[in-house]
Amino acid sequence: MVSDRRRFILGSLRSAGLVALGGLVWSAYVDEVTANKLILRPPGAIKEDDFLSTCIKCGMCAEACPFDTLLLAKPGDNKPLGTPYFVPREVPCYMCIDIPCVPVCPTGALDESLVTTNDVLDINKAQMGVAVVDTKNCIAYWGIQCDACYRACPLMDQAIHLKYEKNERTGKHAFLKPIVDSDFCTGCGLCERACVTKKATITIVPRDVVIGTLDDHYIKGWDKSDEKRLENAHAEITTTKRSERAAVDFLNDDIGGLLDD
Amino acid sequence: MTNIWAHYRFLILRRFTQVGLMLLYIGGNYWGWDFIQGNLSSSVLFGFIPLSDPFAALQMFAAGAIITTNLVIGSLIITVAYGLIGGRVFCSYVCPINMVTDAANYLRRKLGFNQIQKKQPASRTIRYWVLALSLVLSYILGVTAFEFISPISITHRAIIFGVGLGWTAALVIFLFDLFILKNGWCGHICPLGGFYGTIGKVGLVRVDHDEEKCTACMKCKEVCPESQVLFMVSKESLQVLDGACTNCGRCVEVCDDDALNFSIRKLAKEKIKNENNK
Repeated sequence: MVSDRRRFILGSLRSAGLVALGGLVWSAYVDEVTANKLILRPPGAIKEDDFLSTCIKCGMCAEACPFDTLLLAKPGDNKPLGTPYFVPREVPCYMCIDIPCVPVCPTGALDESLVTTNDVLDINKAQMGVAVVDTKNCIAYWGIQCDACYRACPLMDQAIHLKYEKNERTGKHAFLKPIVDSDFCTGCGLCERACVTKKATITIVPRDVVIGTLDDHYIKGWDKSDEKRLENAHAEITTTKRSERAAVDFLNDDIGGLLDD
Repeated sequence: MTNIWAHYRFLILRRFTQVGLMLLYIGGNYWGWDFIQGNLSSSVLFGFIPLSDPFAALQMFAAGAIITTNLVIGSLIITVAYGLIGGRVFCSYVCPINMVTDAANYLRRKLGFNQIQKKQPASRTIRYWVLALSLVLSYILGVTAFEFISPISITHRAIIFGVGLGWTAALVIFLFDLFILKNGWCGHICPLGGFYGTIGKVGLVRVDHDEEKCTACMKCKEVCPESQVLFMVSKESLQVLDGACTNCGRCVEVCDDDALNFSIRKLAKEKIKNENNK
């Protein structure tokens, strides 16, 4: 017979084991599904990490969208389930000036203050993503005249402008190359939607994925506002020991010496 | 005809509220009806009253999200409303998964799976462990952990916003309940049921058992999805005070002897008396 004491210990052990098992499988799934960083969120979305804890997945934004741009992730979409996203090549964001998707959010996952200028909703402040041009396959970069993305852009000449260049190959034609300015691009995707190539050669990517950040070593000396970043600058002392050997000694080492380092 | 009504009145009412709510939500999304918009995670009633799933709000809190007033008000309304009528009324009158598990349960009885599998290999307290785990994982991972896997939300969104592969979640629950565990999801695992059960402990609407009328036919225990709450049947005249009771009313309508009926929770004095009698 199993004693009560043993029964209690085994029972507790079993519960603890099952909780650990469930917790591990569960968190593994969550970890996998949140690893996808290529998701375009609605305008006014807060930082992705905060978005995942704050979005309650009610779909009010998707219901409010008059163009059915916003979708809620379903099983099979490989995105955090129930969170809103959009696929610009299919339906881009048409940049409604009253931004109906944002004020309806009950939790602040879509934050009005991020798309507001002087107390007025301003869709041009949206940062859903940024357009990236594939300059190898964009036909405008070949010299064929196409300004589909440029004309589709709601911030024409700001978010996308055309750079005129002489076509040296023909000697008498011009390139009209689309250039994206990430300071203005909202990531609405109207350009990606308009692109004439089979698979779009201008695509929207979340800003975090492609926009780089700088440390304090590089400052625009000609820009007073950028110089403010110097206030955070600090000295770093490297501690690598200086080699006593002459450079020529390294030349005479065989390959083994290199591998040892 | 009156017999059918007498035997299925609560079941019909439940299907009516379940399907009716779904239609109202679908109308809210596709045709812009402003009766109720959103979904079971968070809705807006009449275009201005917020309603929110308090369990989702708890997970958000654990995950470190900033909680808006809107969300607090919505969660409080839901908590108080279900607190009054019995928390798991959500499970039996609103939740879309209820129809799936009821179907599995019905097949179980008709096909005889309950006879070949008498012993249930799992405890009904698992749901409270899952409930705690939801909050712990939300805290550790910084996401609303149960909302990431909830088959209730997946199914409800599939109904309102378009199916995709959303039906797979309901199928998983159906197969689990049919072949692995009787009342497996709703009765053992679902942390939302555990949550509403905890709220519902103080609920005012209770099933009342009259032992003197009972003929011990045990039909009620057969249909009850939480049969342990009917421990008093044919033994003692008591109210069903266990929060796990979903107030589905199946026991009331299958009882041919009028021994089970809905009632309002008795006054505190008598409740204590009842507990002393146990």
